[in-house]
Amino acid sequence: MTIDLPEGNNTIVMHGIVKRFPGVVANDGANLTVRKGEIHALLGENGAGKTTLMNILYGIYQQDEGEIWVDGELTHIHSPNDAIQLGIGMVHQHYRLVQNHSVTENVILGLKEKFFFPTKEARKRIVALASQYGMKIDPDARIWQLSAGEQQRVEILKAIYRGAKILIMDEPTSMLTPGETEELLHILRRMTEEGNTVIFITHKLEEVIEASDRVTVLRGGKVIATLDTNTTNERELAQLMVGRDVLFKLDKQVVETGEVVLGVDDLCVTSDKGLPAVVDLSLRVCAGEIYGIAGVSGNGQRELVEAITGLRLCSQGKVTVNGVDITQKTPKTRIQHGVFFVPGERWMALIPNMSVADNLILKNYEQTPIGRGMLLDGAAVADYADGLIKQYAIVTPGRDTPIKMLSGGNIQRALLAREISGCCSLLIVVQPTSGLDVGATETIWQLLLAERERGTAILLISDDLKETLSLSDRVGVIFEGRIMGEFPVDEADIDQISLMMAGSLRLPPQPVAAAGGQA
Amino acid sequence: MKIPHIRFEKRLETPRWLPAVSLLVALLLAMLTIGIIFLALGVNPLVAFQRIFRGGFGSVFGLKETITKTIPLLLTGVGLTLAFKGRMYNIGAEGQLLMGAIFATGVARFLPGLPAIVMIPVLFLAGFVGGALWAVIPAFLKTRFRVDEVLTSLMLVYVASEAVKFLVYGPWRGTDTRGFPITDEFPAAAQIPQLAASRIHYPTLIVAVLLAILVYLLLKRTKLGYEIRVTGENPAAAHYAGMNYHKIAMLVMVISGGLAGLAGMGEVAGIHYRLRPPDSISPGYGFTAIIVAWLARLNPLAAILTSFLLGGLLVGGDAIQIALNLPAATVQIFNGVILFFVIASELFNQYRIRLEV
Repeated sequence: MTIDLPEGNNTIVMHGIVKRFPGVVANDGANLTVRKGEIHALLGENGAGKTTLMNILYGIYQQDEGEIWVDGELTHIHSPNDAIQLGIGMVHQHYRLVQNHSVTENVILGLKEKFFFPTKEARKRIVALASQYGMKIDPDARIWQLSAGEQQRVEILKAIYRGAKILIMDEPTSMLTPGETEELLHILRRMTEEGNTVIFITHKLEEVIEASDRVTVLRGGKVIATLDTNTTNERELAQLMVGRDVLFKLDKQVVETGEVVLGVDDLCVTSDKGLPAVVDLSLRVCAGEIYGIAGVSGNGQRELVEAITGLRLCSQGKVTVNGVDITQKTPKTRIQHGVFFVPGERWMALIPNMSVADNLILKNYEQTPIGRGMLLDGAAVADYADGLIKQYAIVTPGRDTPIKMLSGGNIQRALLAREISGCCSLLIVVQPTSGLDVGATETIWQLLLAERERGTAILLISDDLKETLSLSDRVGVIFEGRIMGEFPVDEADIDQISLMMAGSLRLPPQPVAAAGGQA
Repeated sequence: MKIPHIRFEKRLETPRWLPAVSLLVALLLAMLTIGIIFLALGVNPLVAFQRIFRGGFGSVFGLKETITKTIPLLLTGVGLTLAFKGRMYNIGAEGQLLMGAIFATGVARFLPGLPAIVMIPVLFLAGFVGGALWAVIPAFLKTRFRVDEVLTSLMLVYVASEAVKFLVYGPWRGTDTRGFPITDEFPAAAQIPQLAASRIHYPTLIVAVLLAILVYLLLKRTKLGYEIRVTGENPAAAHYAGMNYHKIAMLVMVISGGLAGLAGMGEVAGIHYRLRPPDSISPGYGFTAIIVAWLARLNPLAAILTSFLLGGLLVGGDAIQIALNLPAATVQIFNGVILFFVIASELFNQYRIRLEV
């Protein structure tokens, strides 16, 4: 294989990188060129392959195919140690620090320094490095005393101390306050001024514009484009990130929408980090309607869904189903009220080591004929499972096969079969087709449309804008936990949606009655 | 110089034959390791193994003793399969066993007039309640304050052990025991009958086997068993399906503690007819039962077999202590080594190991 020799000022060239995981291709022939002394943003949705690509560069994974050139040399990076030798350092999204140790101890941890630990020289060098890059840090502070931003500086110091000239940062601002983000960008600038290179992974558009010199956009494991930041804008980046393929023409029946099934009023939910994730959000989903939420992932979708299903407490607001207030109810009560849920992380809703049959009865094992008194009726379980397997054409060697042995498409079909067949009023589906091939995607879509025709209210959340626009009757765009605008899908304008996804446009909320479209 | 890397890759599927093979290899490696220890002690390992086998299984007397020791191991081991299935790592069965012994002794002491037909069931009940109460403490701390049940249940073993010592040296010390730290003998009605010419207290044995079958059916055939399996395999999915984690955690601990308590009751009411210092009630049945449960791959029916094997090992161990003049701890080392290899072998069922240069 021939390869164009890297240009003189390219410090990293990754060429044709392919990385497969069981059932998924994480990187599919990705090419990346990073110039010396630049801040290079890697932009993409969750699952686009950004982190995998960087984990390969840092030696955590090895590529299945492709080549990596560092400073003009073809290299094989087998481990993070190899990467450090080459001057590559990485700061992970979740810091890897020893909470009870001091900053100095953390920075030199694992280095073959002198016998006594830590040494005065090490401390001095850390102070010098910190002031060189304008970092405020107390070398004797314990990690637990530090804020997230300060801990990140310790991670950066760890990398620089080991001689990193190329610093990879995975979602560096996800844990930071706006002030700390500002400070971080300042530090990164200082580093590149001294001739270092920074690659940062993000899915926040405004950060790319604000901080980077160049940006590479990934989608579905492939590199879509590499652009000079000052020649692009947030809207173009949003389009590149989500794709602008032709919409699928789905055979959608006209369904008369019925009563409001799901009502969300002024909902506020906090994230795991304790920050507001959903802010004063209101929406309505009616019977026979698919309401799609479009948006860059990490804008509160997960927290919204967990609040509706009862897996997360909401701090304010109200959730109703068929007019019943379920805001304070347990997950079980909500299931009894007809709230069914296909989560984005499938294994949160399935038990990999248990059989297909055992997985199919997870939501109705207490109802007759499956549950009788204290007992589980084995024959009824078998009947029920065989019925679903047949009705939904789940390909499995048998109902007793552990579900983890099935293909991704069939696992998803089994999950959907369970939720749909149990479901009566509200079905929430998150990323219903992520990781599935075209055929499997198609059948999942048909199942959802059939359910809509039966009069179920469906709340669809997907990173895939194409999917959201193809399936939904109405679409709401979410940004930082707020609905930026909602409209019937035939009035959807991709440019407008891109702006809303980037947070640059917000439509005045429509009156609820009109939006619901009910009588 | 390049150092080869060892990489662990998660298996997508475990071949059907693999668990059996890895278990066998684990047992062989354990034997090998123990063999080295025997060698270090100056004993021919082959002779030692042969003596152990003959001691436990090679004679009628040995078999009778093996079955006697199978009883507490089976009762406790069955309870532990349930707890481990539900992901409650109850390591303190030994303490629950001792509490069961205390409660049973209390019944024999304070209700001496009961006829045997009433007394025996009351003894069983008391043993169960004692063990269950002792297991409720870690379960409560776990569900309420998220305290690790491994630590609390283990530490409560020492509390239970001291409680037994306090009773036999103090308020419950017998009047006709010539100063020995033991209680008076239980009334005849509170003595569980034994098979002739053996120490096999068969009512307890029958109950133990029935309970093994019952717990198996509970896991396989009931809604509760299904909830326990789901919770143990994937707590997130259990939460998602609206299952009550607190209820399940509490229940599996109560049952596993209760069964350990029954084992303790069986020792005092079926063999000794007295409460004695903890070491002479149980040579660590509660800990050995952990091996019983793991060796059975958490299948309560398989625990019938593994408890019998481990019971034989205990008897055989006693035999070589005397015959080959080995220290008493030898058997415990034996048990520890087996558990170590069996648990480690689990890794190979889930991961593929690759060497990369």
